[in-house]
Amino acid sequence: MSTAKFNDSDLQSIIGNVLRYGVLLALTVAVIGGIIVMFTKSGNTVDFSTFIEKDDNIFNVINRIFAGVGHGDGESIIFLGILLLFITPALRLLLSLVSFFFEKDWLYVFISLIVIGIIVLSVTLGFSH
Amino acid sequence: MTLLTFTLIMFLGAFAAGFIGSLSGLGGGIIIIPLLSVFLGVDMHYAIGTALVAVIATSSGSASAYVKEGITNMRLGMFLEIATTAGAVIGAIISTNAPTSILAIVFGLTLTFSSINSLRKKEDHLVLPEDSSALARNLKLNSSYPTPSGEKVKYGMTNIVGGFSMMGIAGMMSGLLGIGSGAFKVIAMDTIMKVPFKVSTTTSNFMMGVTAIASSVIYIQKGYIEPSICMPVIIGVLIGAMVGAKVLVKANPKKLKVFFAFLILALAINMMYNGIMGNI
Repeated sequence: MSTAKFNDSDLQSIIGNVLRYGVLLALTVAVIGGIIVMFTKSGNTVDFSTFIEKDDNIFNVINRIFAGVGHGDGESIIFLGILLLFITPALRLLLSLVSFFFEKDWLYVFISLIVIGIIVLSVTLGFSH
Repeated sequence: MTLLTFTLIMFLGAFAAGFIGSLSGLGGGIIIIPLLSVFLGVDMHYAIGTALVAVIATSSGSASAYVKEGITNMRLGMFLEIATTAGAVIGAIISTNAPTSILAIVFGLTLTFSSINSLRKKEDHLVLPEDSSALARNLKLNSSYPTPSGEKVKYGMTNIVGGFSMMGIAGMMSGLLGIGSGAFKVIAMDTIMKVPFKVSTTTSNFMMGVTAIASSVIYIQKGYIEPSICMPVIIGVLIGAMVGAKVLVKANPKKLKVFFAFLILALAINMMYNGIMGNI
């Protein structure tokens, strides 16, 4: 097949790399944030015995994280690392969609879109306006 | 407690959780929760959020190697992710509305089930592609995996509807408790669909990340994810899991498995007791 320039084993190699470097990047960012927190707040008293429920839109949370990162706030940098960790499998999902598209596997393009749709839906479902 | 002391204790605890998770085959996330909530007095919701972050870190880390080897069945994973992500969203919504004591009891039951299941002798299946069900063929789920000697083993599978439904439950438990629910996924793929063991374990691991992001958005919006707890935990769990994997090669895994299964069972009973007494 001359059209099959992109096959499953190329995809496996790309996805393997995305997962590996994504996790490494996320951890590096989280450790940098952790070091900053240790230098600035290590003496602070912490108590996580009671849960403080929030009801915040994901986009507001992300905006606050970026604002915090701009000020060099350690906790925001850790949170950025955690976001990168969450984005890694999401990127994997998008890559699968693209590769099924290039393979002209319309059934799996459809299946990938359903999975992406459910995740997008969770943004609105989890937020009680 | 100062943040420094808290972080150090958290790191050591997470290291132990990663180590035990790797030796017992249960995964680090499921052990983080009792550790944080029973021993360190952290609220169950924060424990659940932290476990979810740890699950993503460990599953993406190890999935990267398996995917490259070509053992993971990516079509099977993608198809079943419809069930796990939908289940995870439902589970996360229940989790944000359920009282903590109920979560502790459900968690204790899940942990009990998982530890007993880890001791059960697992049967490896091989359904030949020609014996595969029609639905498996239509969904192009039949595939092959390479053996260490370079041969390709072709396999098929059966009872897709049953496996898909069980995966929905696995996803729901994952969203409810922030765990990878490996034990439920193994039942869906090994016991119900008769997928070969090597393929089912790697594909289950591959699916965990995407399943987890379906509930992670809800967790972030509700404030389950606390950076100061997550940071030492992710690093501790990853290092613990790596050391555990090294020890596993040298030690007698069977004896260790029995030992840790009983340890985990004790943790599970402790969680349920605390949940029933309203201490958590």
